[in-house]
Amino acid sequence: MDYIAVFTPLVTFLFVGLFGKSIGDKASQFITCAGIIVSAVCSVMLFNDVILHANSRILFLSSWIDVGTFSVEWSLRIDQLTVVMMNVITIVSACVHVYSVGYMSHDKAKARFMAYLSLFTFAMLMLVTSDNLLQLFFGWEGVGLASYLLIGFWNHKESANAASMKAFIVNRVGDFGLALGIMAIFMIFGSVNFSTIFENVQAHTGDVIKFLGHEFHALTVIGLLLFIGAMGKSAQLGLHTWLPDAMEGPTPVSALIHAATMVTAGVFLVARFSPLYEYAPDALMVVTLVGGTTALIAATIAMTQFDIKRVIAYSTMSQLGYMFFALGVSAYGAAMFHLMTHAFFKALLFLGAGSVIHAMSDEQDMRNMGGLWTKIPVTYCLMWIGGLALAGIPLFAGYYSKDMILESAYADHTWFGEYAFWAGIAAAFMTAFYTWRLMILTFHGKSRAPIEVQKKIHESPKIMLFPLMVLAMGAVFSGAYFYDGFVGEGRTHFWESSLHVLPENDTIENAHHVPEWVKSLPLVMGVSGIALAYVFYLFFPVLPSIFRKIFMPFHLLFYRKWFFDEIYNVFFVKTARGLGKLFWKRGDKALIDGLGPDGLSSLSHRIGRRLGQMQTGFIYHYAFVMVVSVVGLLSWVFLRTNGGIL
Amino acid sequence: MMDMPLLSLLVFLPLIGVLFLCLIKGGQETIAKNARHTALFTSLFVLLLALMLLVQFDPSDAGFQFVEQLTWMPSLGLSYHLGVDGISLFFVVLSAFLTPVCILASWTSIKTRVREYMIAFLVLETFMIGTFLALDSFLFYVFFEGVLIPMFLIIGVWGGERRVYSAFKLFLYTLLGSVVMLIALLTLYFQVGTSSIPELIASPVGRDLQMWLWLACFASFAVKMPMWPVHTWLPDAHVEAPTAGSVILAGVLLKMGGYGFLRFSIPMFPEATEYFIPFVYALSVIAIIYTSLVALVQEDMKKLIAYSSVAHMGFVTLGIFSMTTQGLQGGVFQMISHGLISAALFLCVGVVYDRLHTREMSKYGGIVKNMPRYATLFMILMLGSVGLPGTSGFVGEFLALLGVFQTNIFVAMCATTGVVLGAACMLLLYRRVVFGSITNNDARAMKDVNKRELLILLPLVLMVIALGVKPNFILSRTGPALEKLQLHYEAQIYKDTGSYNNE
Repeated sequence: MDYIAVFTPLVTFLFVGLFGKSIGDKASQFITCAGIIVSAVCSVMLFNDVILHANSRILFLSSWIDVGTFSVEWSLRIDQLTVVMMNVITIVSACVHVYSVGYMSHDKAKARFMAYLSLFTFAMLMLVTSDNLLQLFFGWEGVGLASYLLIGFWNHKESANAASMKAFIVNRVGDFGLALGIMAIFMIFGSVNFSTIFENVQAHTGDVIKFLGHEFHALTVIGLLLFIGAMGKSAQLGLHTWLPDAMEGPTPVSALIHAATMVTAGVFLVARFSPLYEYAPDALMVVTLVGGTTALIAATIAMTQFDIKRVIAYSTMSQLGYMFFALGVSAYGAAMFHLMTHAFFKALLFLGAGSVIHAMSDEQDMRNMGGLWTKIPVTYCLMWIGGLALAGIPLFAGYYSKDMILESAYADHTWFGEYAFWAGIAAAFMTAFYTWRLMILTFHGKSRAPIEVQKKIHESPKIMLFPLMVLAMGAVFSGAYFYDGFVGEGRTHFWESSLHVLPENDTIENAHHVPEWVKSLPLVMGVSGIALAYVFYLFFPVLPSIFRKIFMPFHLLFYRKWFFDEIYNVFFVKTARGLGKLFWKRGDKALIDGLGPDGLSSLSHRIGRRLGQMQTGFIYHYAFVMVVSVVGLLSWVFLRTNGGIL
Repeated sequence: MMDMPLLSLLVFLPLIGVLFLCLIKGGQETIAKNARHTALFTSLFVLLLALMLLVQFDPSDAGFQFVEQLTWMPSLGLSYHLGVDGISLFFVVLSAFLTPVCILASWTSIKTRVREYMIAFLVLETFMIGTFLALDSFLFYVFFEGVLIPMFLIIGVWGGERRVYSAFKLFLYTLLGSVVMLIALLTLYFQVGTSSIPELIASPVGRDLQMWLWLACFASFAVKMPMWPVHTWLPDAHVEAPTAGSVILAGVLLKMGGYGFLRFSIPMFPEATEYFIPFVYALSVIAIIYTSLVALVQEDMKKLIAYSSVAHMGFVTLGIFSMTTQGLQGGVFQMISHGLISAALFLCVGVVYDRLHTREMSKYGGIVKNMPRYATLFMILMLGSVGLPGTSGFVGEFLALLGVFQTNIFVAMCATTGVVLGAACMLLLYRRVVFGSITNNDARAMKDVNKRELLILLPLVLMVIALGVKPNFILSRTGPALEKLQLHYEAQIYKDTGSYNNE
């Protein structure tokens, strides 16, 4: 069952990837969808087995790399944390697979698309089931590859190619940290296997890493390096610029990879290393600060964007920020809880947006939408559910998880926990605001689309709506249903040893005892955000432009995404190219070749001409040169034998 | 079976092929046709022998196996001495594997002087395999330098427009290096009184002499590697060489430098090695960053791959000179992996070059439309070059960095930036050539890879993946020999510090 769950997507990927052309689109779609559904069913069964019966296990597959003391295996670690991730991945992936059959019906390369989706699912499963850092890295890079392939799926578009490259390279910057983290772990622990690392953390709390003459606390360094990797994959501030551009990919891809699963890999990584982070409080502080800031800044950007997918993308980034500051205050369970609920409602929102885009003949700009709700009512209702969950309205999934995170941050009682709490509260307000801004601009008011587009507006086929309903179920019920297990009374039994929290850091416990105003503030913020959006965009549509004028500098800052792209372009892209040109023309061509081969050849040319002049043709000249040479050589030999020089 | 001189057969079988090539008679067409078949047959037979060697090789034995020794010049004490150990084994197999690939790759693209071309390649094969098998330092030198002659001809005769310049540049660089090395080998011979490599390893010379000899050998190996700043011959040589020339150059010739370090510099001059480690680190890190940046701005596909090769070789030298188990293993593995990946990448360039006759990236674009199979193969190789886990490129690169990290974190950190830069230039190459929309009308008419091209690319691609998933196949065979090397090195260093303490 474990093997079926993990390897079915690989088998379907290889089969469809190799024979997709010959078996045809229909068969390819059927095989990949069937494969992922099988995998999802197995995952649910594993959930029963592992969590309800506390039956975690590690399965050995094969050896991988054995070099001296460095020994790594291919193996599957099926524990509570893994199983939660597996369920999220396979269920969302199954929905996206089925949805894609409808969404990509006009595309030519259906088989290739489905194969890539399966490849992604396999890589993601490898990531979460790994029992050592190297296999995790394999999955980590594998999902990066699938993301690269899928963002650039429409590879005739220059913008798609640029976006896919950017995603890969920015992620590589994160991988740089992760790779160094793995090496540091090997240096300190002598192993990269999770069990070995986690068992020995306490023995290494005093270790230091020497770097450039300074000594650093080893566990903190490791924690920060791993976090750099997590930042890249989970689009945290600084390494986030690829995520909005990644929206160049087809919408199902955005839903699966760039909202529900891959971008949460960083959260998973930190949660997986909770036994280590617990002993690296400074690293956790950085995680909290980065998470809180990301939640806030991404929300400000989301308020000003007009591309429907970009709004949701920045929203994703903001929600990931929530998860990270939850991790930072040791509320790992709360982070995982939000990861799961978010996967459902964000995938729902994305696929809903895809349904809108599909209806609007591939229009993504909300300024050209409006008045859609009577024409695509089912999508409209489903988007409402997703929106309510995202805004954190009671009874919907997002309410439970987001509140839990904010309460934990408050209950941490540190200055950075406090900071994250207020950043989160502000972001919660903005979240509700931009979500309803999106809803109103898209579905209400008069239609602003061209007539020919308006004529073609249609509700999506059943094969697209059905997966949306499955996700909507998750967006409604997953919060209330799993509350107890993830963060409530049953959490110790639920997680067993897969998450590790020191007793003094147990913020989730404290979160149950925070003041009443802390508990109700997020809800107040959410409702007022929604209300403000109605005022701004439905009742008084002149207000946005007035505010835009008053807060011109702020609006510009938010609208241009805090100028990250521009700054990076100047600092990194242009510098790298400039240095490359410099090294090539000045270094290689002028300096090395100039002094080296080319210089030598011109030198020898000149010497040759001189020598040519010396060839006078007179015998005694030659004889003279010969005699002098012989004398010189002989004297050198004598000097040597007498031990004179050498 | 044991009586068969397997190693000598490996070395000299190609020359027998050459003999047959010389005997071919007939018109221009007949000669060309027969020459191709004869060369292919010969090289395949050599490959078969190499595979036999691989099968019969005892992985647990760290010493030399299949040793053959005959006196060569008794008066001078020189002998014909061959043997194979874990370090050289896979280089031999790699050479034997890439030669038939090269011959197949030149099947249609070489139209003039086919017989001479094939002779050059078979002679080259003899010298390459000989270099890796020789256990006598002068025999090694003969093979090592001999390689230069056919390579010089391949570039100089069958190369591109500026072939003469490139060929001479290659010759000048390598010759300068090897002259110095010859002096070093002579000095060693006079000092120790033997030219046998195992004996030379067993009897190290004094510390001061080691320094000079190390530098002399370094000059030669660093050029071959090539290390910064003596790398500028490589891009030119690659650009002008015919496809098969590039393949063998990147696939095997560059590995001779690394092999030289492992066979000569480190075991014979351990104290000097220890002394010069920071120097090698510095050059390697510069190579990785500098050449990756240069690769980023190239317009010529071959130049880009050539420059990124220099960066990859930087990881090799870093790994080897970290003198840790992981580093040494990673260095050797990276060489073999790079031998496969870069060879295959040059073949990929050759495939499109044969169709469009330009290596300028801007002339391509959007060829994924017509050449989906090619795009897939190229993609896997590109990812291998980038070092994606699951391909062989990752294992070598990661192990090498892991080794360095244990000795010097700062160096490892700088080198790891090469991972980002390397990804950038390979992705750029792929994007500009394969993706995008078709701008060049000639590119529209390009056909996908044919059966012959698939036959040579597919095994390489499969090996890249197989070695990425099960690298232990190589690691377990190279392990004992490298461990022995490491122990020998540490014993020498330790002996030295031990005597220091006594004084």
